[in-house]
Amino acid sequence: MHISEGVLSAPVLISGAALAAAGTAIGLKRLDYDRIAQVGVLSSAFFVASLIHVNVGPASVHLILNGIVGLLLGWSAVPAILVALTLQAIFFQYGGITVLGINTLIMALPALACHYLFRGLLWRRPSVAATASFACGFLAVFLSALLLGSALYFTEKEFMAVAALAVGANLPVMVVEGVITIFCIAFLKKVDPGLLPGKRPAENRQAPPAPDREEVADAS
Amino acid sequence: MIAEPFARGSSRLHQLDPRIRVVAASGLSLVVALSHQLPTLIAALLAGVGLVVLANLPLMAVAKRLSVVTGFLLLLWLVLPFTMHGDPMFNLGPFTATREGLSYAGRITFKSLAILLLFLAMVTTMSVATLGHTLARLRLPDKLIVLLLLTYRYLFVLEQEYQRLKRAADIRGFRPGTDLHSYRTFAYLVGMLLVRASARARRVYLAMCCRGFNGRFYTLTGFSPDAQQLPLTLLLGVIGILLLLLEMKW
Repeated sequence: MHISEGVLSAPVLISGAALAAAGTAIGLKRLDYDRIAQVGVLSSAFFVASLIHVNVGPASVHLILNGIVGLLLGWSAVPAILVALTLQAIFFQYGGITVLGINTLIMALPALACHYLFRGLLWRRPSVAATASFACGFLAVFLSALLLGSALYFTEKEFMAVAALAVGANLPVMVVEGVITIFCIAFLKKVDPGLLPGKRPAENRQAPPAPDREEVADAS
Repeated sequence: MIAEPFARGSSRLHQLDPRIRVVAASGLSLVVALSHQLPTLIAALLAGVGLVVLANLPLMAVAKRLSVVTGFLLLLWLVLPFTMHGDPMFNLGPFTATREGLSYAGRITFKSLAILLLFLAMVTTMSVATLGHTLARLRLPDKLIVLLLLTYRYLFVLEQEYQRLKRAADIRGFRPGTDLHSYRTFAYLVGMLLVRASARARRVYLAMCCRGFNGRFYTLTGFSPDAQQLPLTLLLGVIGILLLLLEMKW
């Protein structure tokens, strides 16, 4: 879900860019160097996952998964999404330089919301966890559509029809994302629970702390 | 599937210092995005076409790249003229198209295409690796650059990983449809992709530590603007100033 270049007004573009920059700054500050490879490689995995198309009746929609991105990455989701959108602009011309900020905001704010809303519910009993997973997938796309709609609406009140269309057309996507999120979270809980928030990664899997610069200098 | 067809080339624009290209692309896009006047937008579109021609990009491929926005623009042309209030222009059954609506849809179309062409001519003409080092020289945060380069590096690896998983599913007779089974299969595919990505990231990080990673990726290629690049740099500056003047005069 993204907005093309040339549509939005200056105030919307500028506030979007400012908020995205602030979010990215916080995300980067909280991202330690010993986590950076995790975030980078997971970010490419999410990029690839967003190219997957699933059928919805006669049409097909591509996955967005910003709910799971938020759950797994927390605040790092903001720079990860910024990077992914930059690459999308370069490879496919989805979005572009001037809308990078607002598009990051549209995807990353719901991801953050989902992180804080649902990370505590994943390890409750199965019915609660499944409901939380569905809500996570559904809500992330719903909030993104809502933000996209409001960006259009604040640009030009006459865009109301287009904005409503954007939210309405994404309803099936929200349901599909919800269902896929249920299965995906259940899968991760069985296979690699350390990826999800709320569980510490197993001891033998923990990466060693980053070497500090002095140590590196000694080695050479 | 994922490719950078325009990244290599020998045109004047390809040889221009990437820093100048990135700064000019950002500056010009910003000017165009904030403009409202039709003459400015038409001039910007012409400048975009000119730069794409100067970059010697295959025009058919460029047209294909532009097609990603046509869906949205078409929607605007279908909705805006009939929903905006203003002078009626013509009737289409029960709907009345207004002059304001048509001109608004027209301006968005020009603006959108102009920015896209500028981006194609100046940013997609370098590889993402070059872009990463360029942004590092432009003083963007180191962590962001490392993240960009890592994501770019593993994109292709993980795409192959996904293709491998998908092929295995296909060989077992998986036919995607609109049912719970298909969604569960895709969810597990995504889950497996994430698990493998994370495992790979652990190995990658250890390998980076072994090589003395200290938070930066270094490049041996230096960027040195020379006198030959001056005319093109000036041209980009003049385009920017002209667009600003056009916008303010009207």
